[in-house]
Amino acid sequence: MFKGRDVLSILDFSTSDLERLFRKASTIRPGNVLKGKILATAFFEPSTRTRLSFETAILKLGGSVIGVGGEEATSLAKGENLADTVRMLDAYADVIVIRHPLEGAAKLAAEVAEVPVINGGDGKQHHPTQAMVDLYTIRKEVGRIEGLRVAAVGDLRYGRAATSFLYGICKFGVEKLFLVSPSPLRPREEVLEFLKASGVEYELTSDLEKVMGEVEVLYITRIQKERFPDPSEFEKVRGSYRLTPELVEKMKEGAIILHPLPKVEEIDLRVDESRHARYFQQATYAVPVRMALLSLLLGGR
Amino acid sequence: MPGNSQELVVRKIERGTVIDHIPVGQALNVIKILGVGGEKHTVAVVMNVASKKYGRKDIVKVEGKELSTVEVNRIALVAPEATINVIQDYKVVRKNRVKLPERIQGIVRCTNPSCITNKPREPVTPTFRVLSRSPLLLLCEYCGSRISQEDVVKQYAG
Repeated sequence: MFKGRDVLSILDFSTSDLERLFRKASTIRPGNVLKGKILATAFFEPSTRTRLSFETAILKLGGSVIGVGGEEATSLAKGENLADTVRMLDAYADVIVIRHPLEGAAKLAAEVAEVPVINGGDGKQHHPTQAMVDLYTIRKEVGRIEGLRVAAVGDLRYGRAATSFLYGICKFGVEKLFLVSPSPLRPREEVLEFLKASGVEYELTSDLEKVMGEVEVLYITRIQKERFPDPSEFEKVRGSYRLTPELVEKMKEGAIILHPLPKVEEIDLRVDESRHARYFQQATYAVPVRMALLSLLLGGR
Repeated sequence: MPGNSQELVVRKIERGTVIDHIPVGQALNVIKILGVGGEKHTVAVVMNVASKKYGRKDIVKVEGKELSTVEVNRIALVAPEATINVIQDYKVVRKNRVKLPERIQGIVRCTNPSCITNKPREPVTPTFRVLSRSPLLLLCEYCGSRISQEDVVKQYAG
């Protein structure tokens, strides 16, 4: 069941929940099912796609948006705590999307708020709706998730999108996961423990070239500069991996490249033209997936 | 050489608390967690003696101090099977087993500096799921970090 539910982690959603969401996403059309409903966005970190696709989604379903744009513009700058800000949004809106630099912020918001809270990213921990978009994209572009060989490339340590992607894709019985990163950016211990417990076969490597021809899905991410405890650590791994047209040439026919975006140096601009590149398509799917999610959470049809 | 009778090692206390059935090697951590290592308390430590139940064990005796429930729960973090004996007039007047619940609230801090539970002035209590009792391993319900027994002991040692 979705109605009234908080969306804090992809781990809270079963495959049948996700299948239901995907079915809804593939059939949903603009309309007025959420007329009169108000979505509040509370973004305490920069965002382009997550915030705008949520706003687009509610508007397409006939609802409206109110927003908190960064700490400077709100009473947080006057020293108000997060819980009090969330209490107000709870009183004004029917659903809250929150993004915050601290891990667990969305869980706290969900404890304070009566209305459903959607985690739009909490620190390095979770980004459940991005994982929903990612899985939906694979379903649409490859046709299935089960039995695929998948590489997750890049900052698997501090990247919440990458972490949520790994949690999500394990649910669908992939054949093998390649975790490709320089060793300081390998998944955190709790993520590796989860992969072990889930029984999925995985391999840790730093050799991107070696996995190019092995996989049906290559999911690459940006190095999360803003989450490094020490800037000198970032300088050490900066530019340590880069997807070039030469590497992409080695991919299997029909294999796809995904990226949660924004991308910076890790993808050569020429790769955008490749028939394997699907990250802009992926960003487009964010709207129907989030329309479907809002519609299910708010009980519209 | 460890004796069969504890009385041979340390004399009885008149009033206070005897913490029995501490896993071997954890007695000093129990003292750290209780904060009784300073000048205020007389403490007797018995290490690596024979135990009917557990083979070997440590024992801590604290003179003149009765433990509160909160303190008893803290002991469970390093000694999940410990027995607490409250002593008056050289006799055991109360005996309690410590209990480490499945969830721990408030008595341990998360070690992750960017966890929401470390943000001041938010209505949030650090909460952990107990993944393992011995050795202790906790999972922060807010940020997913894992907290080891060593991390917990460090928090009380300061």
